[in-house]
Amino acid sequence: MAIGSAKKERIDSLAESSADDSGVSLAASAWKRLRRSPVFLFGSFIIVAFVIVAIIAPWIAPHDPSARDLADQVIKARNEIPKPQPGYPLGGDLQGRDFLSRLLVGAQQTLLVGVFATVIGLIGGLALGTLAGAFGGWVDSLVMRIVDVMLSIPQLLLAFGIGALFAKPNLFTVILAVSIVQIPVFARLLRGSMLAQRESDHVLAATSLGVKHGSIVFRHMLPNSLGPVIVQSTLVLATSIIDAAALSFLGLGNPDDRIPEWGQMLGGAQTVIDTHPQLAFWPAGCIIAIALGFTLVGESLRDALDPKNRR
Amino acid sequence: MLRYTVRRLIQLLGVVLVLSLLVFAWLRALPGGPASALLGDRGTDESRAALEKQLGLDQPVFVQYFKFLGRALTGNFGNSTGVQPGDSVVDIFVQRFPATIELSVFAIILAVIVGIPLGYVAAKRRGTWFDNLSVGGSLIGVAVPVFFLAFVLKEVLASKLGLPSVGRQDAIGATRVTGFFVLDGILTQEWDAAWNALKHLFLPAIALATIPFAVIFRITRAAVLDVMDEDYVRTAEAKGLTAQIVRTRHVLRNAMLPVVTTIGLQIGALLAGAVLTEKVFAFSGVGEALALGFERRDYPVLQMLIMVAAVVYVVVNLLVDLSYALIDPRIRTR
Amino acid sequence: MALLEVRDLTVEFQRKGEKSFTAVDRVSFDVEPGQTVGLVGESGCGKSVTSLAIMGLLPKRGAKVSGSVMFEGEDLLSLSDKQLRDKRGRDLGMVFQDPLSSLNPVIPIGLQVTEVLERHQGLSRKAAMVEAADLLDKVGIPDPKRRLTEYPHQLSGGMRQRALIAIALACRPRLLIADEPTTALDVTIQAQILTLLKGLVQDLGTALVMITHDLGVVAGLCDEVNVLYGGRVVEKAQRHELFGEPRHPYTHGLLASIPRLDAPRGERLNPIQGSVADNIPWDHACAFAPRCPNALDICREQTPVQEDLGGGRLLRCHNPVQPEVPQEVSA
Repeated sequence: MAIGSAKKERIDSLAESSADDSGVSLAASAWKRLRRSPVFLFGSFIIVAFVIVAIIAPWIAPHDPSARDLADQVIKARNEIPKPQPGYPLGGDLQGRDFLSRLLVGAQQTLLVGVFATVIGLIGGLALGTLAGAFGGWVDSLVMRIVDVMLSIPQLLLAFGIGALFAKPNLFTVILAVSIVQIPVFARLLRGSMLAQRESDHVLAATSLGVKHGSIVFRHMLPNSLGPVIVQSTLVLATSIIDAAALSFLGLGNPDDRIPEWGQMLGGAQTVIDTHPQLAFWPAGCIIAIALGFTLVGESLRDALDPKNRR
Repeated sequence: MLRYTVRRLIQLLGVVLVLSLLVFAWLRALPGGPASALLGDRGTDESRAALEKQLGLDQPVFVQYFKFLGRALTGNFGNSTGVQPGDSVVDIFVQRFPATIELSVFAIILAVIVGIPLGYVAAKRRGTWFDNLSVGGSLIGVAVPVFFLAFVLKEVLASKLGLPSVGRQDAIGATRVTGFFVLDGILTQEWDAAWNALKHLFLPAIALATIPFAVIFRITRAAVLDVMDEDYVRTAEAKGLTAQIVRTRHVLRNAMLPVVTTIGLQIGALLAGAVLTEKVFAFSGVGEALALGFERRDYPVLQMLIMVAAVVYVVVNLLVDLSYALIDPRIRTR
Repeated sequence: MALLEVRDLTVEFQRKGEKSFTAVDRVSFDVEPGQTVGLVGESGCGKSVTSLAIMGLLPKRGAKVSGSVMFEGEDLLSLSDKQLRDKRGRDLGMVFQDPLSSLNPVIPIGLQVTEVLERHQGLSRKAAMVEAADLLDKVGIPDPKRRLTEYPHQLSGGMRQRALIAIALACRPRLLIADEPTTALDVTIQAQILTLLKGLVQDLGTALVMITHDLGVVAGLCDEVNVLYGGRVVEKAQRHELFGEPRHPYTHGLLASIPRLDAPRGERLNPIQGSVADNIPWDHACAFAPRCPNALDICREQTPVQEDLGGGRLLRCHNPVQPEVPQEVSA
């Protein structure tokens, strides 16, 4: 059915690239093209920069992000928050904590949310995909039917729905909600990749040589699926971070803000955005930048791996 | 063609049924038990137990499911507890749905009007600064969270452009005919009412249109690039046809196939975006109701609106499917 | 003056960051009105690119075309896009290799024929449809009126190619270029299409440039044959001379490699050694040298020059095959 089929087509065509049989190593020619692609270089630069910041944040952050040093400057009645001052270049937030430190340390949590959500989605998708592929028959049909229906529901709505299932949301529920939405994507991707490869020459050769099925799957087919999986993972990383922010916006996010996270900061700033726009703009800018970085890398990777682009 | 439509309708029914199953399962999984879905927070343990018995929640699950379906089909979804307390959920839906449709239609029109021509030109000028700039722009469009963009538009542009930033229409005593305010204004010839409604639509529609625009642009560009390399375009050139005919009859007609499917997909994605955008602009559509429903855990509202949202999405895709069949004769005559 | 005079046609392909590749290297040949000329060679020898260059159908970016292509006294390479569009379809027609992909899948066959007529002859849609049915009939498509409203996927491969031939000849062009028109078809259909083509160009007096790798096609159709290798013409001769007395080792090899029905069982096939990938550039040698059984030292050091052997025969070789005792050649 064509419901959601454009999205499915994109996943499927990505999956097919893993079955490319031509002589020159796909990775080698892809890398050659990537090295010259300004999109890829720019995106990678952004990602690397953010990862570095995330790693060294606790050391470079001037203050403890959960310490309410400037609490006395917060005047609720007049809706005032601490202004930029010596030692606190970006001022304070609604609770009197150093805003810059929260931004810097927030990189950690935000990236963690993205990575965890992606990994869980990937593992879940892998499990489902191999389940369907391994058993075949009605198991395969049933699993893929469910996957297709899930794919046809708009991702964000699905995330909202899952987020709403929890009476007391916390970091874990956010990651869960965002990652479950990605499971059908990876499931379809991996199954498509396996299917495409089953017909390919090297698998047929291995089978006819008597190599065991399990060995074929793990040593031949999965490594070839790596390309599409990496592409999808980078794109999923970007969307998970944004989806998590949307969840916070609706009040389905993690209410505990001692450990800062950009999406949470953005969601929390919505009530005061007209009076203190910077509380929203800075986290938003960071989210946009990192999402852009991952998207640029993912899209350039997708182009590089596209067999049609090969010479 | 008729057989094709019927086949599709049956498939649609199948998907709707699966969706209803999922919604049912979801409702039962919501914190507080299924009785909360009807009582909301006001239920005490006693009343909840009594209601559970009354609703037959002590009966086997699939019996409950059929009862749920029955209630759904007869339009009984209970009353809102948090969004518009006391109002029947069905009433809320009827009140608010036209707003979201207006907004979505406007957004899709914007996305298509800008996205398709831009995608075509970018494909024609592949590799030039124009192409790189527009592709880059579309990628940024996807990276910006919708609700943040809505914020920015609301706070920054609204006052500058003299556009309203909340609500659907100022209280100017407009007559309500269909519930589609712009249309109503035109029908009753109350031009200032129509214009006023349009002004309120503007910024939310732009915010909402960003993601569909980005996707439609990318898909159009990719489709045109693919088609331009096809042999039949070369044949058309070899015939000496004018550039215009080659462009419209040969390139675009074929490139539109995947684009049309994408548009349908995007209309569905708009639903999610509408939830966020309507909340920011306090635009009284179903999106706002859903957003408030999530926030305030108004389960009756959530239950109905999610169900309807899913059905609408599926119906739209069916329509897209059909138009695809209209455009591509290969599907029709199979 | 010949109908078509190609002089030193050169096509270089340039991809970003890579060396330029010369697909067509100073190719020259003539086509007289009503004459059928063959361009023969293996895949990769540049014959298709030559035809695309003549029609002006190469992509503007990445392809550099030089030389001259005089068609009825005008250099096609110097014409503007608009002028080219006027000539294509009306004075110059082209038929391509894959009939399915060469037809627009979403518009009916009838429209694909009438659009040429509407464009170049200013016919109305109705009048053009009548003419289109007539054309489809002429190319041997049964029940042409019904076909007008059908789509390409509803026709068989042979019928599609017939339709494409009808489209190419609709406005009675003076020159038709056919690029491997039968390669994608079944063998039985191939013969039919070739016969059709031969009859049509004779009736219309259209000159035909036949591009193919199949010598059998050439033997049945062409008056004059140009053999291409590595982007250059290595031999040109009238049909009977080429088949009876091939002088270039490549031509000789091509003919010898055709399996014969009356060869004894177990007799080995005679392919030309090596492949196109073994080519060396023409700059200071003969490109065919690595595969040539007649290769001398000079072949690897000096580019062979094109010699006129008289009687319209051209040869580019340091060490041609000597004339043998004439054999029986079945044409």
